[in-house]
Amino acid sequence: MTAAKRDRSGTDQGRGDTLSARQAASSVGAIERPERGEGVPPPAREHPAPDGSTARLATEHPAQKPSTCEPDPFDAHAIRAQFPIFRAKRDKPLSYLDSAATSQKPDAVLEAMDHYYSNFNANIHRGIYGIAEEATAAYEDARRRVAAFVNARSPRELIFTRNSTEAINLVAYSWGRPQLKSGDAIVLTEMEHHSNLVPWQILAAERGIELRFIPVTGSGELDLSTLPALLADGRAKLVAVVHISNVLGTVNPVAEIARDAHAAGALMLVDASQSVPHCPVDVQALGCDFMAFTSHKMLGPTGIGALWARRELLEAMPPFLGGGEMIREVKLRESQWNELPWKFEAGTMAIAEAVGFGAAVDYLTALGMDRVFAHDRELAATTMERLREVPDLTILGPPAGRRGGVIAFTLDGLHPHDVATVLDDEGVAVRAGHHCAMPLHEKLGVPASARASFHCYTVPAEIDALVRGLHRARKVFAA
Amino acid sequence: MSGMDELFRENILDHYKHPRNRGTLEHPDITFEDANPLCGDRLRMDVMVKDDRIEQVRFSGVGCSISLAAASMLCEAVEGRTLDEVRKLSRDDMLELLGIELGPVRLKCGMLALKTLKSGVYGLHQWPGEDD
Repeated sequence: MTAAKRDRSGTDQGRGDTLSARQAASSVGAIERPERGEGVPPPAREHPAPDGSTARLATEHPAQKPSTCEPDPFDAHAIRAQFPIFRAKRDKPLSYLDSAATSQKPDAVLEAMDHYYSNFNANIHRGIYGIAEEATAAYEDARRRVAAFVNARSPRELIFTRNSTEAINLVAYSWGRPQLKSGDAIVLTEMEHHSNLVPWQILAAERGIELRFIPVTGSGELDLSTLPALLADGRAKLVAVVHISNVLGTVNPVAEIARDAHAAGALMLVDASQSVPHCPVDVQALGCDFMAFTSHKMLGPTGIGALWARRELLEAMPPFLGGGEMIREVKLRESQWNELPWKFEAGTMAIAEAVGFGAAVDYLTALGMDRVFAHDRELAATTMERLREVPDLTILGPPAGRRGGVIAFTLDGLHPHDVATVLDDEGVAVRAGHHCAMPLHEKLGVPASARASFHCYTVPAEIDALVRGLHRARKVFAA
Repeated sequence: MSGMDELFRENILDHYKHPRNRGTLEHPDITFEDANPLCGDRLRMDVMVKDDRIEQVRFSGVGCSISLAAASMLCEAVEGRTLDEVRKLSRDDMLELLGIELGPVRLKCGMLALKTLKSGVYGLHQWPGEDD
């Protein structure tokens, strides 16, 4: 794979497309004034993918109508006013720079969940009475919206899970266990979150499967020149790669990797925990087989996530957990499985959370994922520029043009915990530690790092507070 | 005092910037290494024992100001003490040495040195009462 080819599928291209998409955006449904507790952000139109395959990605969402109107500016302050956590009274204003860990929740999401609990709380799929039917409809409607958000062919391909971790474990158990045997290989990368590493380690130990790794370069990107060799012997049955690194912000060319994986007879899993919440993702354009993502990083509640998988695969896979709802017929010694997607949803699911997840997807769709991503990336570029002012600071990962809204850094001689504590005193919330990516930190030769990450509600004043706090941290710990 | 000023009191910063007993021993009677996986902190304690007393103790490793200051303070405090006295050291004793309150996350930092030393002295990975 040549550098030029990789550049083309990098995000610079995507950014240009994103901006042109913004110009084509209409002004329908814009936020006029940030009325608290209501107001829906401006609608989305296009779903260009972050890995450059924008042109092919015009999705068929009914909401996406091209328009000649001027776009509304992306007003992060107006968006921020719709998030109650930023309205709460506190000693210092909250600068929340930890959205990669979990995002904040807008009124619309909280109200949707509250509305469900207050008006039609009932168990789904069984009750014959009115509110049970309403609850079932709301739950299944949420599934339809989440499925459409990633452009799944059918809502049946969208399984609700607890989170990305559970989604990946579902694949490891229900697909990996029956399909993989001793001598097979799974290709991962050195920048995986533990959630896309440990499930495969468990399976590998159980089945005698070899784990192979695409290495990370000094600039924090995948060395894809190694991929052909990793796939050459045909033993690799799965390639599982993170879409956007939660530490480095690197946007990986997953569509390209999926093509190589398929050519070698392997399936492709994408850990989209940091991409689906921040940029347009179209599973059909990515050409992957499995994709995991989670609600709480995309303005929705905790406790619910999703596995998208190709229907043929899901049909062939045995259930993950056994129990209620996932069965069609139960006898004392055997049962028949329910059809998709319920085969994989045993027991009472997180109903209110599904409703909230659906509301989050609506909110993001209205904002426009291309615009959310452009906002993230603009902030990333500004932050990287501002961080140059801080002596002895090293930014991990690629240049701004090739990353999302995540910036991990180290300060010479200062432990990230101490940095985070001083920042906390300034009202700035950052993550400090290894961000559930210990092998990556080992590779980068740092025991831990501090990380600032953004979302649609992040404003420049928060970056100012970050820089101020970093200067102060250096002063406090100066030898 | 703000939360930060409270946490980074003068004596904590002093021990962090000028650690006592930092280093390793060539032939320690007891050596034990432990880590706080959440933070990436890693600490090693080397101990020379004579007549059941800690004759010399050194710590090494990487960590935040709280965990390294705690290690420095603890080493200072236990030199000359009997192993039995060390075994009896509690979480409260360590907090008293530090002289600060610690939240649930930073508590792990503050206790890493004690955990490492006691694990070494007991020869166990988990010393009695650790989870109290």
